Amino acid sequence: MTVQQISVFIENRRGRLAEATQALGMAGINIRALSLAETSDFGILRLIVDRPDQAKQVFAEQGFTVDKTDVVAVQVPDRPMGLAHILQILDEARIAVEYLYAFIERCGENAIIIFRFDDSRQAIASLQDRGVKVLAAEAVYGM
Amino acid sequence: MIWNDEFETLPREALASLQLKRLQHTLERVYARVPFYRQAFDQAGVRPEQIKRLEDLQRLPFTLKQDMRDNYPYGLFAVPLEQIVRLHASSGTTGKPTVVGYTRRDIDNWSELMARSFAAAGVARGDIIHNAYGYGLFTGGLGAHYGAEKLGAAVIPMSGGNTKKQIMIMQDFGSTVITCTPSYSLYLAEAAAEEGLDIRSFALRVGILGAEPWSESIRQEIEQKLNIKAIDIYGLSEILGPGVAIECIEAQNGLHFWEDHFIAEIIDPQSGEVVADGDEGELVITTITKEGIPMIRYRTRDITRLISEPCICGRSHRRLQRMSGRSDDMLIIRGVNVFPSQIESVLMQVEGVEPHYQLVVDREDNLDTLEVQVEVTEDIFSDEVRVLQELSERIRREIKSLLNITCKVRLVEPKTITRSEGKAKRVIDLRKM
Ligand SMILES: [Zn+2]
Repeated sequence: MTVQQISVFIENRRGRLAEATQALGMAGINIRALSLAETSDFGILRLIVDRPDQAKQVFAEQGFTVDKTDVVAVQVPDRPMGLAHILQILDEARIAVEYLYAFIERCGENAIIIFRFDDSRQAIASLQDRGVKVLAAEAVYGM
Repeated sequence: MIWNDEFETLPREALASLQLKRLQHTLERVYARVPFYRQAFDQAGVRPEQIKRLEDLQRLPFTLKQDMRDNYPYGLFAVPLEQIVRLHASSGTTGKPTVVGYTRRDIDNWSELMARSFAAAGVARGDIIHNAYGYGLFTGGLGAHYGAEKLGAAVIPMSGGNTKKQIMIMQDFGSTVITCTPSYSLYLAEAAAEEGLDIRSFALRVGILGAEPWSESIRQEIEQKLNIKAIDIYGLSEILGPGVAIECIEAQNGLHFWEDHFIAEIIDPQSGEVVADGDEGELVITTITKEGIPMIRYRTRDITRLISEPCICGRSHRRLQRMSGRSDDMLIIRGVNVFPSQIESVLMQVEGVEPHYQLVVDREDNLDTLEVQVEVTEDIFSDEVRVLQELSERIRREIKSLLNITCKVRLVEPKTITRSEGKAKRVIDLRKM
């Protein structure tokens, strides 16, 4: 039930982020979700794309340091306390969230949040136990 | 003022015969007492009694810093340990320092040479010497301290750091002389200005500056900003510490090399041959009065030339031109010796880090800065910021604890580090010397 995320090391210099996303565009790869974690020296670009393996190859060819990690796409009801409820479930199960970011597209009345856990399997089990919908990879790539 | 009139103005011929006598005595001692030298001389096929003229010294092999490491810690000592009264050490490339030991007489001679050096710089009894060289294993602090006391001046044992306090003491105590690195003197001037103080109006008269390379234009800047005479001093722990050579305040042109205690040779660093009189090359020093750890033809790696023309101050000892560089790739950062290979070995110790790195040395606010740029390869990359930050912090800490160098670690993309001729360019020195 995990989704593959592409992460790219980006030096903080002008145009580097544009070069990275451009490389994907040229290869006809679509970005589904994206977040950029920044420090004063460097950034980490995290992407959900329709074709992760190809995206990884494109980045590598462009000389970027790139990695693939498993993340979890969670359907979050678009109402007050929707996310808070999910975080509470995780907290009760003592599952640490490394980071999270939102999907660009919505899924009907729901938002989609990408979660990075230390232990994805356990997190998925805990969420599903409590009736939270976790999206399959194919569904996410094809959105 | 000349501190030791008899020796400092000794006519050249008398100086040469004194050197030969002391050299012969030193060679006999090390041959008899230090297995390393006995072996080296035997291999070169030379016995001490065959050294009949000063030029014969050229027949003897060089001593390298590596030889000190190989004989760590006490292998090159020429006296039993119970005659040693002081030990100092300097940083080395492999983490192990090089150790030097001083007998009571060595300390007396060192104090004498530092007192001479102070006097040559125009310092005298009645002066208040603000000694900001580091006290500790480094020879700078204690070397200057003993010389100041021998001279009869008042010495303030400040050591390095805590700049605000340094400025307060300097102002309140009325320090007339400052001893520190050239870059630190400029840093003090700026820190004083930030406090709203004009260091030019302090009682400071003379700066005795060394332990890092500097230039004539930096001297002018220092003299202007601190309103002092800036005097270049030279020394190295392997030979003695500070006080091997110093400029006289009369000429401020070349550093008088104390030839009654050391013999200088200038060699071609590639061939090892002694160069023609007055030519530039690597300075090689032989100690001729040291008891604890005599050095025979020690390769300093410093590039200079010998000035034989008589000096207006009346001293007969020849002068070394201001050091113009190093014969290897050693960096001197805030007075601390750093080899790129040291940084490399630290990086290799940090798990997973391929040593694709570059060192960028610069000067900010008149202090040397070091940035270690490390390429982020797939082995060390993580999608989590925390992991990468911990990595760079770990590298920074390791460099600090192993090399005692404060640096900034910057993670960079692979291959952004300039490669020249297929080989990585390891060092970019942006300091304007
Ligand atoms: Zn002179």
